[in-house]
Amino acid sequence: MQFFFEVLIGGLLSGVMYSLVALGFVLIYKASGVFNFAQGAMVFFAALTFVGITELGVPFGFALILAFGAMILLAIATERVVLRPLVNQPQITLFMATIGLTFLVEGLAQGMWGASVRGLEIPGIQDEPLEWMMENTGIGVSKFDLFAAGVSAVLVVVLALFFNKTRVGRALRAVADDHQAALAIGIPLQDIWRIVWAVAGLVALVAGVMWGARNGVQFALTFVALKALPVLIIGGFTSIPGAIVGGLIIGASEKLGEIYIPPFVQSTFGLETNLGGIEGWFPYVMALLFLLVRPEGLFGEKHIDRV
Amino acid sequence: MLYREAGQFKASYKEDQQIFPIRQDRIAIALILAFFYLVVPYFASQYWLQGIMIPVLIFSLAAIGLNILTGYAGQLSLGSAAFMAVGAFAAYNFVLRIPGMPILVAFILAGLCAAAVGMVFGLPSLRIKGFYLAVATLAAQFFIVWALTKFPWFSNNSSSGVITAQKVEILGYAFETPEAKYLLTLAVVTVLALLAKNMVRSSIGRSWMAIRDMDVAAEVIGIRPMHTKLMAFAVSSFYCGVAGALYAYTYLGTVEPEGFNLDLSFKILFMVIIGGVGSIMGSFLGAAFIVLLPIFLNVAMHALGGWVPQGISSNLELIVFGGLIIFFLIVEPHGLARLWQIGKEKLRLWPFPH
Repeated sequence: MQFFFEVLIGGLLSGVMYSLVALGFVLIYKASGVFNFAQGAMVFFAALTFVGITELGVPFGFALILAFGAMILLAIATERVVLRPLVNQPQITLFMATIGLTFLVEGLAQGMWGASVRGLEIPGIQDEPLEWMMENTGIGVSKFDLFAAGVSAVLVVVLALFFNKTRVGRALRAVADDHQAALAIGIPLQDIWRIVWAVAGLVALVAGVMWGARNGVQFALTFVALKALPVLIIGGFTSIPGAIVGGLIIGASEKLGEIYIPPFVQSTFGLETNLGGIEGWFPYVMALLFLLVRPEGLFGEKHIDRV
Repeated sequence: MLYREAGQFKASYKEDQQIFPIRQDRIAIALILAFFYLVVPYFASQYWLQGIMIPVLIFSLAAIGLNILTGYAGQLSLGSAAFMAVGAFAAYNFVLRIPGMPILVAFILAGLCAAAVGMVFGLPSLRIKGFYLAVATLAAQFFIVWALTKFPWFSNNSSSGVITAQKVEILGYAFETPEAKYLLTLAVVTVLALLAKNMVRSSIGRSWMAIRDMDVAAEVIGIRPMHTKLMAFAVSSFYCGVAGALYAYTYLGTVEPEGFNLDLSFKILFMVIIGGVGSIMGSFLGAAFIVLLPIFLNVAMHALGGWVPQGISSNLELIVFGGLIIFFLIVEPHGLARLWQIGKEKLRLWPFPH
């Protein structure tokens, strides 16, 4: 049972990290209706830029600000080069454009900072078990995971406040509801897009630093974004709480599934092969099954088709 | 002057329903086919045949498959490489386990296997669409590659799932030289492309397009969504499966499941986008473009000599690739096929522009 809880908590906490990436998707989808496939590339770009800047001898905090600056520049460039010319195109065209953007950003990041794997350390936070938790219950919980969970919680609260309490946030929600109506009442669409892409860039930076500190800053970071897709499906494309809950579900079920399902299947069917590594596809199949029950996700908006 | 349909009257329904209604088109197609069947095998070097022509043809076939699903039926798929993998491994197993299996029959059976798998993963399309469906096809991509790696039966117990395609032999003739393999690939691709062209202009193709344009409206006018969508998945996967079998048998010879990864799926998707969404002709143009672009960039890089730093060149390929996708979507959302059409329109008016 102890082992079960350890796996569960580990899964939940890694799910928080998926949520971080999924948040970026949700933000952009909410505000501009663009399904931004490049979010993973942005995570990679942000992490690599951040590490590149710290390697030049810039202190941690200042490097964060500089990297955020780079993400803002990227947001402005994206709006100008990709989004503006494609205004009013079908969603699928925009989606494909962001796939192109993915390649562009990946190439840019590696071209600027090199393709080697880099380590990233967050000062004061190590990936080691929490002592008192270990002594009292015998369950090992990584300090780093807890820190990541804390950061994501803060980020979600800040984003929620930003969306609900500020002028810009209200404008963002207006644009999300109806582009044309928002334009008609004088909300500058292009500014809103820039802001939302910049905020998504910030989320990508936080996710990149977290994932980078855990797995090293490397090209594999872009695959993390693919894991965020089932999270989105379960949570719904337009819901920030959905991204969090979806992340937790995916994280926990993926880790539990990886531990318990292959041995179970092997013993039932008497197979000798090692069926490990189901982590790669398990979240997707789970999301698929989920879709059959609730096509709009947990918190997504119900979609009504009219002819 | 030359390209004008004036004076070509259609006096019967049969003439009206021809696949290429304009005489000049028929001549052009005949010339192109003659060129690729007769001229290319004699004059192209081994490298050109094995390294460029065969992959272009195979990818064209896969792109036609994806184009049927995405371009005509409007169902986005990111799992085409996985269906190619199913085709490759199915063909291998049919030839391996059934003695005396003719290779072409094995290709067709491999395509049918891929079609069956495609239909299973197409089932969610009945309830979900758009991006949600793209994620569902990602499930296919990851699951199939995993299954092919994990179950040694598929690769006849070879380590890490690598298979080596058997010799290709039809009626006692062994296809060993690049020329022979090229002609075999070309023949398969021609037949299937012609079939696809006819399919998309017949009733099933029209119902695909109706579903693509608006599925609720299509349902109202009496098109069965389940039948139509699953058919699109099946046909598309069939094409990808045959392309996968050719990929193993005439192009690489040795393949592993990991070779059919997400990158390959994206590559095929790009061929469709750049070539032209919803165009058979475009699939060929897109495949040629995507296969030739890296080679061209490489040559250009060498021509520039040491001017370009080592680390940049591979990334430059990524950047150019991504940039081109965006460029095409902005400037010409209908791809190279549309440029081809514009060219034809211009040619009709030439030399008098009005």
